[in-house]
Amino acid sequence: MSRLAPMFAECREQGRAALIGYLPAGYPTIEGSQDTLRRMVDSGCDLVEVGLPYSDPVMDGPTIQLAAEQSLRAGFRVRDLFGVVESVASAGGRAVVMSYWNPVLRYGVDAFARDLAAAGGLGLITPDLVPDEAEDWIAAAERHSLDRIFLVAPSSTEDRIASTSAASSGFLYATSVMGVTGARDVVSSAAPELVRRTREHTDLPIGVGLGVRSGEQAAELAAFADGVIVGSAFVSAVREGEDAVSALTRDLAQGVRRAATPA
Amino acid sequence: MSSTGKGAGGQLSPTPHDPDSRGHFGPWGGRFMPEALIAAVDELAAEYDKARIDPEFLGEFDRLLRDYAGRPSLLTEAPKFAKHAGGARIFLKREDLNHTGSHKINNVLGQALLTKRMGKKRVIAETGAGQHGVATATACALLDLDCVVYMGEVDTQRQALNVARMRLLGAEVIPVSTGSRTLKDAINEALRDWVANVDDTHYLLGTAAGPHPFPVLVRDFHRIIGIEAREQILQKAGRLPDVVAACVGGGSNAIGIFHGFIDDPDVRLVGLEPGGDGVDSGRHGATLTAGTPGSLHGAMSYVLQDEDGQISEAHSISAGLDYPGVGPEHSHLKDLGRAEYRPITDAEAMDAFALLSRTEGIIPAVESAHALAGALKIGHELGEEGLILVNLSGRGDKDMDTAVEWFGLNKPEEAR
Repeated sequence: MSRLAPMFAECREQGRAALIGYLPAGYPTIEGSQDTLRRMVDSGCDLVEVGLPYSDPVMDGPTIQLAAEQSLRAGFRVRDLFGVVESVASAGGRAVVMSYWNPVLRYGVDAFARDLAAAGGLGLITPDLVPDEAEDWIAAAERHSLDRIFLVAPSSTEDRIASTSAASSGFLYATSVMGVTGARDVVSSAAPELVRRTREHTDLPIGVGLGVRSGEQAAELAAFADGVIVGSAFVSAVREGEDAVSALTRDLAQGVRRAATPA
Repeated sequence: MSSTGKGAGGQLSPTPHDPDSRGHFGPWGGRFMPEALIAAVDELAAEYDKARIDPEFLGEFDRLLRDYAGRPSLLTEAPKFAKHAGGARIFLKREDLNHTGSHKINNVLGQALLTKRMGKKRVIAETGAGQHGVATATACALLDLDCVVYMGEVDTQRQALNVARMRLLGAEVIPVSTGSRTLKDAINEALRDWVANVDDTHYLLGTAAGPHPFPVLVRDFHRIIGIEAREQILQKAGRLPDVVAACVGGGSNAIGIFHGFIDDPDVRLVGLEPGGDGVDSGRHGATLTAGTPGSLHGAMSYVLQDEDGQISEAHSISAGLDYPGVGPEHSHLKDLGRAEYRPITDAEAMDAFALLSRTEGIIPAVESAHALAGALKIGHELGEEGLILVNLSGRGDKDMDTAVEWFGLNKPEEAR
C-alpha cells in the first residue's frame, strides 16, 4: 500500500487537488532549505519534493539550475539530503525526493532507498530514469516501502503510459509541457489531454507539473489533476524572503481548493 | 579501391557486436533519459533500422561520402615520423583530408539524411572543438536544414575561427555559460532545446555516446574509416597492423576505425585518452583510465565523477576530447579486454603535434596528436618489426591559436 495514498484520498474527499511544492535541498543553505520546506508545509503544501542538487540537471530551466549550482558551491553533499528530509518528516510533513539518477546510482541504489526510508521519506521522483532501466530501483523501493514516481509526457505513447503507470506507485508525474522546469505565464493546453489519456490506463493519482506559479494557474490544473506541482516559483520566492514563501504557498493552497469547473 | 564495393551497405549492416534491442552493450549504454525524449529516440531507432537496409538511403549516403566528403580518404605512410617511434612502420588514415577537415563529416551526412527522412526541418548539435559543429552546419547548408549549434563559452573563445565558420555556413551558434562552460554543458543545453522542440527538431549528436540508438548509428556512420583502412593497409603493407591507435574523447573516430579490425584478434586496438596535466594531477579527461560507472547524457558508461556522483570537469588542451564521459561501447570493449586505453598528457600530445608537422608536413588536430603520441610510445614497445595504423582524425588548422601559445610561435626564434 502506498504511503501517499491516504493523502490523495483525503484530498479527493475534500474535492480538491493536493499541493506539492519543490525546493532543492541546501538552497540557499542546508538550514535555510529546512526552514523553507517546513514553512511550505505549515502554509499549505500537502507534500514537499526535496530536490537533490546535481551538476548536470538536463530537465531544469535556469531558475532551478542556478539554485542547484549555489547549493553545490556551498558544499552540499548527498548525505545532507537525508537530514533535510528528516526535518520535514519530524515536523509532521510529508516528503519525497526528486533526483537525477546518477547520484542515486553512485550512492548505491539500495543504500539510498534504505537511508531515504529511514529519514521518513515516502518516495522518489526520477526525472531521467524510465521504468525500462529501473529494475534495481523498483526492487529497492519495494524492499524499503517507498513510492516510485515515474513521469509521463505529452509525447508518451499509449503503450508507454500504460507501462509507466504499471511501474509507478503513489502517484504519476505528468509533465504538462514539452520543456524544462520554469514558471510560465500560461498553463499548457497539453496537460488536460495528457491527464485524460493517462486516466485510461490507471487509477493512480496524477500530479501535474512544469510552469505553475500562481493560485489561478493551480486552480486551472486542480480542475482535472489530483496534484499540482510547483517548483521554480518557490525557488524565486526564497530569494524574496520568508514572507514571500508563505504568501505563495497560501495563494497556491487556495488555488487547489477552488478548482475551476471545466468548461 | 572505392568507398562503394562494400560501401555504405556493408558499413551499416548489423554486426555481432551490436547492443541488445534496448541499446545495452553488456552493462553499458541503454537509455537513462527523460520520458519526454523516449518517443524521439524510438522514432530515430525505427527510422535507422529501415534506412540501414534501404538501397535508396545507402546509395545516397554513399554518393555523398564519395562526391561531397571526398572518400575514400588516403592512407599515408609516415616514415620520417616513424624514425622517432623505434623504427616501427606507421601509417596514417587521413581523415584530416575529408571535407571540413575531420572524420566528423561521415556521421553528420548520415544523420542529416535521416533527419530529412523523418521529415524534420531543424537540427541542433553540440560542439567542443567546433569540428562537429562545422560539419553539422555544412551538412545543414547542403541539405537545407535549419541549424543551431550549442558550444561552451570557454570553447567559443579557444575555437573562435570555427565559430566564424559555422556562422558563415548559416548556423546559429549559441554560447553556453552554465556549468563548466565546455562540451558537457553544451550537450545539456542541446538536450533542453530538444525536449522543447522535439516535434520538428533532430538532435544531431556528434559522438558515439548518448542514449540508444546514437552509439550504434554514429559508430556505423564512421565504420567506413575502418573498412577502407583495412583494405588499404593490406594493400600497402601486405599484412594487418599490430596496433590500431586512435584518440578517444567520446570515441567516435576510434570506434569507427576499431570496427574494421574488431574481428581480427591479433590486431590490438588502443584508444588514447586526454591525460591533461597527468592523470595523477586530477586535471585530465581520461574517462576509461580513471573513471567509474555512471549515467551521463542518456547512457551508462565510465564517467569522471566525485564520490557523490556529481560529474567532474574534464581538462584537456584539446577541446574535442575535453569530456567527462565516453561512448558505452568503449566501456564494453575495455571490460572485455578487446581494446586498451591509455592516457596521453597535453605535453606529449603537443610534442607529437610538432613532430608530425616537421617530419611529414602534416599538421594534425590536437585531438589526433594524442593518437600520434600513443603511436610513438607503442612503436618503441613493438620495435622495428612493428606496424601501427593511426587514425589521423582531423587537421590542425583550427588549433593554431593553441599552438601559437604553447610553442611561443609569435616570438622570434631565439626567444622560444
